Amino acid sequence: MSRRQLIPVAVLLLAACALPLLVSDYRVFQFNLVLVYAIALLGLNILTGYNGQISLGHGAFYAIGAYCAAILMDKYGVPYWATLPVAGAVCLLVGFLFGLPALRLEGLYLALATFALGVSLPSLLKYHHIEKWTGGVQGIVINKPEPPFGLPINADQWLYYFTLAVAVLMFVLAWNLLRGRIGRALVAIRDQHIAAEAMGINTAMVKSLAFGVSAMYTGVAGALGAIAIQYVAPDSFNIFVSIVFLVGIVIGGLASISGAIYGALFIQFVPNIADEISKAAPWAIFGIFLLGFVYLMPMGVAGAVRMALARLQRKAQNR
Amino acid sequence: MKLVPIAALLAVALASPAAVAQKKYDPGANDKEIRIGNTNPYSGPASSYGTIGKGIGAYFKMVNEKGGINGRKVVWISYDDSYSPPKTVEMVRKLVEQDQVLLLFQTLGTPGNTAIHKYMNSKKVPQSFVATGATKWNDPRNFPWTMGFQPNYQTEGRIYAQHILQNNPKAKIGILYQNDDYGKDYLKGFKDGLGDKTSMIVKEVSYEVSDPTVDSQIVQLQASGADTFFNITIPKFAAQAIRKAYDTGWKPTHYLNNVSASVGSVLTPAGLEKSVGLISTNYLKDPTDPQWKSDPAMMEWEAFMKKYYPEGSMTDPFNVYAYAVAHTLHQVLKQSGDNLTRANVMKQAASLKGFRPETLLPGIRINTDAGDFAPIESEQLVRFNGVTFQRFGPIIGK
Repeated sequence: MSRRQLIPVAVLLLAACALPLLVSDYRVFQFNLVLVYAIALLGLNILTGYNGQISLGHGAFYAIGAYCAAILMDKYGVPYWATLPVAGAVCLLVGFLFGLPALRLEGLYLALATFALGVSLPSLLKYHHIEKWTGGVQGIVINKPEPPFGLPINADQWLYYFTLAVAVLMFVLAWNLLRGRIGRALVAIRDQHIAAEAMGINTAMVKSLAFGVSAMYTGVAGALGAIAIQYVAPDSFNIFVSIVFLVGIVIGGLASISGAIYGALFIQFVPNIADEISKAAPWAIFGIFLLGFVYLMPMGVAGAVRMALARLQRKAQNR
Repeated sequence: MKLVPIAALLAVALASPAAVAQKKYDPGANDKEIRIGNTNPYSGPASSYGTIGKGIGAYFKMVNEKGGINGRKVVWISYDDSYSPPKTVEMVRKLVEQDQVLLLFQTLGTPGNTAIHKYMNSKKVPQSFVATGATKWNDPRNFPWTMGFQPNYQTEGRIYAQHILQNNPKAKIGILYQNDDYGKDYLKGFKDGLGDKTSMIVKEVSYEVSDPTVDSQIVQLQASGADTFFNITIPKFAAQAIRKAYDTGWKPTHYLNNVSASVGSVLTPAGLEKSVGLISTNYLKDPTDPQWKSDPAMMEWEAFMKKYYPEGSMTDPFNVYAYAVAHTLHQVLKQSGDNLTRANVMKQAASLKGFRPETLLPGIRINTDAGDFAPIESEQLVRFNGVTFQRFGPIIGK
């Protein structure tokens, strides 16, 4: 990472660390959710943005991750932090297995197949033979983790820092993955499928792996989300979750790591703003915001930021 | 001894607030206002319930115009949660931590209320008169800050069982229920009501909310030889079940849960002629019932709707419900007087004695105490005559 890249990242991290000390617990909780969504969006972006596979069913992986965490904590007394690797591993496996047959499906057909997954999962979660684990329609209530080592912060702040640490780790991993050989292979498959194959990339394997890794990210986010909300139920994971994720990565910026953060801010805060503007038609207001962003920033927020920086640089050079 | 004057001073200091009028406040209340929080599904799959939140808002607008409650204005803050539990948690945290409401009132839906149940009780903020009929809200020992409102599903199930035992002790009962906590709550109450006569049930079938129809379940029930049908379904499936039962020539004594006892949204699509003879229960005055045309309480409700909530539907029972439940909170806050602490509000909510919003059916009263957090516990049986639900028999329950 060059120094020019390093400085804004460091500033951002410092701001993120200072945040819980400056704002109310409720805001801390909201920003906690932003971090959770950012991880989920990053996962979806690996698949859709970098690899060009459209998924309308990532809400399902989010739900699986959430349920992994909730069941482990509630039924087996596993500590919250230990549920994350399990949730990630389960989703990696499920995503990889789902990715194998989905390989035969391209573009819109894959979108439909994943859509089916997203639509059916809430009703599968209600299935009565697994009710003793999932709690059926009633879902599972879990306890909020208390800060360890007698730290002088409250539960919300602790969870925020915990989530922040996980998010930083996940972002660094993704950054490493995407700028290297695998990242280039992903992009090559997206842009020129046949050329990529001719260059010796095992497209089937890479695509399935992309699906698995993407699902893993979203699953870890789901587990973190469940711990923050302290409750999982099938109604929490309807198809809208999947669609909102897709909205998030498009608004944030496809094939951009920082885009996940912008997208997360958008899906967390814009619905609330819309609700405050109009109780009668909150989703119409949301739609107007969406149209506005798509028209004004066709490359997503990350693309717009990049262009603005480039323009500033040019100006500085011309001077 | 230096201690004596200090003790005397202390005594005076402690006693003096008592001598002045006892005004005590928790966050969300002061001399001028009382802040009340709520979440409702104004969007999403359950948005037809949203009218309850709007109706309550209109009620408090009326109260404020008439001078408020003990001189304080009510500030009604209601957010959309689209019937999604994570959104409910977020919005409720906003209400409690940022908007600093004194209490929550009528948060709607079983899943959403389950999601905030622990949070509200650990924060010790009242989760008052929740808008769901699950039985678990009446648990003052474990959850002293949560209270239900409407008759719970188990109570209602028991009423049907008693009616069957009294009128047809040889009945062969077939049951259709929704496979979730709502359906199972009804089923449990019904079986409790039958007591040791549960062998009267010859067939039990369930469906999932995601099923397209319940046709095959109805055929199964008919084939079982049942002559009495307890129909535990939400509106869409209730209409299908009524129609299918009629079309296949099955003529059971048909009990329909109160959840779907709506002429407009269930019986009309099913076919009014196919619905004649249906038995259900009610606890509110039905706005479509001509019997209440000159009833003072319903005329008052109509005037309220016209003036404060003109965009609301005059035939929707949810708007009568909103009026009745808001009236109940109004009473609780009036009783709380100048002691607007969260503990006192809960205490007053748990000491309603024979209180009656007049939009409830005659004879139904609200009674609560420290061990009983179930406000309405009685209902009356009703039978559909082809036009409207007619009440019959006594008020059943406490």
